[in-house]
Amino acid sequence: MSANHIISVLVENKAGVLAKISGLFSRRGFNIESLAVGPTDDEKISRITLVVDAETHSIEQVVKQLYKLINVLKIQELEPANIVERELVLIKVSTDNNTRAEILEIAAIFRASVVDVAKKSLVIEMTGTSRKIRGFEELLRPYGILELVRTGKVAINRGSKK
Amino acid sequence: MGKITGAQMLIKCLKKEGVDIIFGFPGGVVIPIYDALYDSDIRHILVRHEQGAAHAADGYARVTGKTGVCLATSGPGATNLITGIANAYMDSVPVVAITGQVSTSVIGTDAFQEADITGITAPITKHNYLIKDARDIPETVKEAFYIASTGRPGPVLIDVPVDVSKALIDENIKAGLNLEGYKPTYKGNLRQVLSAVKRIMESKKPVIFAGGGIVSSNASAELFEFAKLTGIAVITTLMGKGVFPETEESSLGMAGMHGTKYANLTFTETDLIIAVGVRFDDRVTGKLSEFARNADIIHIDIDPAEIGKNVKADIPIVGDAKSVLADLSEKYRQLAGVSGVEAHKKWLEKVLKCKKENPLRYSSSSEGLKPQYIIEKIYDITKGDAVIVTEVGQNQMWSAQYYKSTKPRTFISSGGLGTMGFGFPAAMGAKIGHPDRTVIDIAGDGSIQMNVQELATAVINKIPVKVMILNNGYLGMVRQWQEFFWNKRYSHTCIKGSVDFVKLAEAYGAVGLKVTEESEVEPAIKKALATDNVVLVDFSIEREENVYPMVPAGHPIDEMLDCEE
Repeated sequence: MSANHIISVLVENKAGVLAKISGLFSRRGFNIESLAVGPTDDEKISRITLVVDAETHSIEQVVKQLYKLINVLKIQELEPANIVERELVLIKVSTDNNTRAEILEIAAIFRASVVDVAKKSLVIEMTGTSRKIRGFEELLRPYGILELVRTGKVAINRGSKK
Repeated sequence: MGKITGAQMLIKCLKKEGVDIIFGFPGGVVIPIYDALYDSDIRHILVRHEQGAAHAADGYARVTGKTGVCLATSGPGATNLITGIANAYMDSVPVVAITGQVSTSVIGTDAFQEADITGITAPITKHNYLIKDARDIPETVKEAFYIASTGRPGPVLIDVPVDVSKALIDENIKAGLNLEGYKPTYKGNLRQVLSAVKRIMESKKPVIFAGGGIVSSNASAELFEFAKLTGIAVITTLMGKGVFPETEESSLGMAGMHGTKYANLTFTETDLIIAVGVRFDDRVTGKLSEFARNADIIHIDIDPAEIGKNVKADIPIVGDAKSVLADLSEKYRQLAGVSGVEAHKKWLEKVLKCKKENPLRYSSSSEGLKPQYIIEKIYDITKGDAVIVTEVGQNQMWSAQYYKSTKPRTFISSGGLGTMGFGFPAAMGAKIGHPDRTVIDIAGDGSIQMNVQELATAVINKIPVKVMILNNGYLGMVRQWQEFFWNKRYSHTCIKGSVDFVKLAEAYGAVGLKVTEESEVEPAIKKALATDNVVLVDFSIEREENVYPMVPAGHPIDEMLDCEE
């Protein structure tokens, strides 16, 4: 069955590693839905978080192939039920004197913050799950979204409950 | 503190890895490396095309078990290596390819003879490096050889920009291995080994399926012991030819599209496949859903990604074939004793009966010269003791069927990639690896022409390989498919009259012989073997002879076409 899989990969922070990893997915016919890369607390190691839409069987094969890349140190497939996931979005929305107050109200409900104000637009920053971002986006759409930038998803396992 | 150039350091590091032969071709940005090579005692074989260098390094690696090395310049030199690198990758052969690169200051500017070779080769190398600082050379070379030769072997490419080659560095830089992300598993899980042995003992109709992984891990002795101890018959892949002596009664030869009938029928009936170092390629399994439909599978491989890739493994064991087979034998001895399992003996009898009733055969009714007969003669005359290298196509399949291999690393063939033009340069590499052995390239008239320029290399460097051309004036395997499945529409497969091979050989300073009659076959082979030079024998074979048996692509492997009586 096809589903979204969140794969968290620790890699050596070296030139060309991201290309090797993303290349491996495309060669095997996987579409990467979202991708986030950044350093970890150890500067020699980066973490790549990928969201891939694929069947469970084929994702197992791709994880095995990923392990074969020399620069890959660790791979975890994250279980949605057991993680905290976030994305960040910046939305530039069209405003005028009539709509500004409404938009600010919506932003406040979503705990989003306004990071730029201009005569005819606002730039709003929000973090949250994909679902929350989608909801926010839908509410702003009627006002006119001028531009929207989303980061890839990052995710971390929750701490042990015991 | 002495200073040396990056190029000198590179050569010094290669020496340290035990490299004594490099196949290569110079060019602008590798002049510093060739300059350092000029003072070195490493032997360099100057090929006529970089593809030849890559295949020669591959052939050398396959027969010796050592890592082969090829060297080319940037841009077209590097891209000409690609087919050779891909070939080594598909067949898991340890090769280190060194390429020159334009200066780091102009990388990415489309400089003259610039190609992004690390980008291009990412999917066909086990790993690759672009060295940006000459001080990284020792560590890179050390890692490259380690990665190429350990775990599941494969090619590694090192790209060396010209300014890195010229840079002066401390001659005493130490290199460590720093490979956090690379730790192959050699020892198989003993609980899995125990389950495997129990499953083997429960099974009624087991068969061993042995592949190239056994060659890589030098595990033929362990396989032989296990097969003899358990009394289980052995089927091999093309890459596994020779890991179990094909002269043994319990050897069922090769399975698959052109495998023996008895191997394919055994696969269909077996209830347990003990697969060691194989990857269940489509040429072996035929229609996957019908393959070995009654069997459970114990899958032993050093590469976890192979397990569960094409077929479901009931008992997976990740580990080195040598170690796992030894563990299996030990456990089996403890549990089953030396007397073995009664049911297996009855099954073996049945398998051997099937082998007897379905021998490989070819029709000898027609007038023309039969390629199978030629291979049988080569086998008889060399007493099965030559290193056989093949090209790709019908010549390859006839060789695999009719030259019985008894030792690993003596049947060298492009299995995974199926590279026409592989055989001749690979045979050169094999001959350099084993100068005292007879090395024969069994070729087709199509394949040989793909790297025939290496005749110059072989003659000048006194690498006396013998090329037996099974000349039917066709790209024979494709023609065979056109005959069977495309209504005999021989679209662009006739290459009759390409060249006079005898004159071609003579033009290069080799010896050319032509054979058209059956009575000339034996004398010609003997003469070729007795001649201390490169010899091309041009056998005019029956033009439309086919390879049988044949499983049509996509069909179950027990559906085999066979020749008429």
